[in-house]
Amino acid sequence: MVDLSINCAGIKSPNPFWLASAPPSNSAYQNCKAFEQGWGGTVWKTIGEPVMNVFNRYGGLDYNGQKIFGLNNIELISDRPIEVNLKEIAETKKLWPDRAVVVSLMVESKRETWHEIVKRTIDTGCDGIELNYGCPHGMSERGMGAAVGQVPEYCKMITEWVTEVSTIPVIVKLTPNISNIQLPARAAKAAGANAISLINTINSIIGINLDTFELKPNVGGLGGHGGYAGPAVKPIALHLLSQVAIDPEVNLPISGIGGISNWRDALEFILLGASSVQVCTAVMHYGFRIVNDMIEGMSNWMESKGFTSLDQIRGKSLQRVNDFGNFDLLNRTIARIDQQKCIHCNLCYIACEDAAHQCIDLTPVNGHNKTEVREKDCVGCALCSLVCPVENCISMVRIDDGSASKTWNQLTEEFKRNGKPMTWENLAEFQKKHGIEIH
Amino acid sequence: MKNIAPKLQSEQYEKNFSDLHPPFTQNSAVTEANRCLYCYDSPCMKACPTHIDISTFIKKISTGNLLGSAKTIYESNWVPLTCAKACPVDVLCEGACVYNDKEEKPIQIGRLQRYAIENYFEKGMPALFHKASKIGKSVGVVGSGPAGLACSAELALMGYEVTIYEANKIPGGLNTWGIAPYKMRREDSLKEVKLVKSFGVDLKTEIMIGKTVKVDDLLNKHDALFLGVGLGESPQLSIPGEELSGVVGALDFIEKVKTENWHDIQVGKRVAVIGAGNTSIDAATEAKRLGADQVYIIYRRSDVEMSAYEFEYELAKRDGIVFHFLTSPKQIIGKGFVEGIECLKMKLGEPDKWGRRKPIPISGSEFTIPVDMVIKAIGQETKSSFLSTISKLTLDEEGCVIVDQTTYQTTNPKIFAGGDCINGGKEVVNAAYDGKRAAHGIDKFLSLPKGGK
Repeated sequence: MVDLSINCAGIKSPNPFWLASAPPSNSAYQNCKAFEQGWGGTVWKTIGEPVMNVFNRYGGLDYNGQKIFGLNNIELISDRPIEVNLKEIAETKKLWPDRAVVVSLMVESKRETWHEIVKRTIDTGCDGIELNYGCPHGMSERGMGAAVGQVPEYCKMITEWVTEVSTIPVIVKLTPNISNIQLPARAAKAAGANAISLINTINSIIGINLDTFELKPNVGGLGGHGGYAGPAVKPIALHLLSQVAIDPEVNLPISGIGGISNWRDALEFILLGASSVQVCTAVMHYGFRIVNDMIEGMSNWMESKGFTSLDQIRGKSLQRVNDFGNFDLLNRTIARIDQQKCIHCNLCYIACEDAAHQCIDLTPVNGHNKTEVREKDCVGCALCSLVCPVENCISMVRIDDGSASKTWNQLTEEFKRNGKPMTWENLAEFQKKHGIEIH
Repeated sequence: MKNIAPKLQSEQYEKNFSDLHPPFTQNSAVTEANRCLYCYDSPCMKACPTHIDISTFIKKISTGNLLGSAKTIYESNWVPLTCAKACPVDVLCEGACVYNDKEEKPIQIGRLQRYAIENYFEKGMPALFHKASKIGKSVGVVGSGPAGLACSAELALMGYEVTIYEANKIPGGLNTWGIAPYKMRREDSLKEVKLVKSFGVDLKTEIMIGKTVKVDDLLNKHDALFLGVGLGESPQLSIPGEELSGVVGALDFIEKVKTENWHDIQVGKRVAVIGAGNTSIDAATEAKRLGADQVYIIYRRSDVEMSAYEFEYELAKRDGIVFHFLTSPKQIIGKGFVEGIECLKMKLGEPDKWGRRKPIPISGSEFTIPVDMVIKAIGQETKSSFLSTISKLTLDEEGCVIVDQTTYQTTNPKIFAGGDCINGGKEVVNAAYDGKRAAHGIDKFLSLPKGGK
């Protein structure tokens, strides 16, 4: 029997799927409906300072007919009064004791104000607090959200104000709009935070209307940066997650966020160290019902792989996160095309010819083109296999026996030992020795 | 006719002859265009007789560059609306789509082409090509079907003075007259004529070459001549009873369906169509859609040998057409008008010189099918009697004009030819290709130092 339950810094839920602090977790109605459909937890949409939204607030990025490959928003934190939210949070938690109810907070940078909101939040009976240091628009101009997350000192200061009064776990949510995500993560840790969540949305302009020259979304002729989310941001989120997860100075549980649309995405976050995962855009696109497949798909995958608990896989891929300098330069692969599977679209040919290393030959055979890899010239870049529309038609085959192995770091070290400077000539000599010809 | 099928309500006619493949909406076109893999040197392009750069025009639909999409199509083909609607795409471009090899539905290339071209006409045919300045030479084009139109468009843009001589009052040839209305309406063909005329081509209708104007006059008047005259009438069945009222030729019948009010067309309650080619299917389904109760297709060989495409056969079966294979008409029975057709059962013998098994009558197997109308659809005769009057022209044994495969020049150096009159009857798209290639043959010929003189 597969157990999907998780414990993220003391916050427990029957499965790792939480609603992210966002429009879907705006009210008791929505959160309760989500729980009914199986969501394991929610991070209540950020409550705090009085705000008022503009009407048009979302912009979608469509790609090749796929709607909302990316989504940006200029919506602010909850635009409902604090009292209404606190009352609904208490009611919701009471109705759903086994689900994680975390409350996202954002108030002005005053110690007393933070103390007050934290205490009132704890009184609802919720399971944890998430500090919104990520909101990239509207609030940051008022000195909140990303304005805090981008300055590690502020991040530390405010987190301290929270942890010094909080009796429940505190999660710090980070903004990706920063050059080194580890710095605010370390600041949160130093201030006593119990967990990190990331990523918040990325600064973005979603597009321009070519007929009117207006930005999207357009608010009465004006537009500006918003927060970018959805499937398109997942690779960025995975990277930032890995950076925080491998940092020994942080070493905190992490709630992963950023473009998670299904159980496959969720597993990738967990394999890079996430305890729970938070979902917003996919729900905004399809509704709460997607959680059914998420739970079922993840359970089935776990069962097929022989895992019984998420603890067995959490962070399993982290050990593989490494630097370029440690990659084996002599781990050689080449492309092989399965002629039986080839449908003769010739996309591998044109990609290799125009954008890679000109090592696929196109020869007319029986009215169609035969594509064949000239193996001695193939550098194993894998572009052909990426453009190929047929599954398993082009495979990357390893051709070295593993006996020779040399990383860039080892090579430069070796050169240094032998008094050889790193010149094109010396590098060519090394390549020649290993039968590598670059042209 | 003895028994005339009762007339239908106007709405029923419209429904019966509505688009077989309805147009795409913008959204559905873009969705379908995005499915296209954008193959390089694509199989669909090779399968198209005019070699339209299909993946490129589809890519342009996906980005919303519809004018560019139309331009890509016109670079290869001057009658793309007709081709989009009447081409046997299953055996050409769509049949070659790589998705077939993936066991997935091929891209709907015909419908996408229709989308791009209909948009082009809706936008009022903005100029896509630069017309070269006049080079002071003129070409006469006989026939305004797809071959003639393609040849004329290409030559006009090169700077030639082009005059089309069309025997009919309304131009377009078989594009206008010979395509079932559920595939294409007459107005579509006329739009393509209008585009070619917009290049400065002079179109003269109701000119019967050989009657109102002599070929020699045209040869004197023009530096070169292109023949795109197509084929002629349905041949005689040469059986007793062919003179009875209710016996009609398939092309005449199809032309009626394209020109007259459907209300006014008399169709028998029970109809026999003789022959099993694509034209037979058109005639049979049209008769059915006009209200005939029972429509039979009578063919002396089996379904394996018939020339109708698989999808046409399927269409006919869906329409409830009954096929009598291995059946040959012996005589048409009736007093003044058709009352029935007496047939003979056949069996297949040895293959003939084209590899088709020869039908052999089974003696004593006569049987009669009661019908009120007989449509003859056993092909079209060549216009050999007219063509043989043209000096220095050589015809093959079928009566087709012999041309050089590259230049389309006939054995009379000043005369070029293309389309059905050189191939004995192929698709619109083949004629469109011939016409275009012939234009380049003519240009090459007239660019010689003494070209045409």
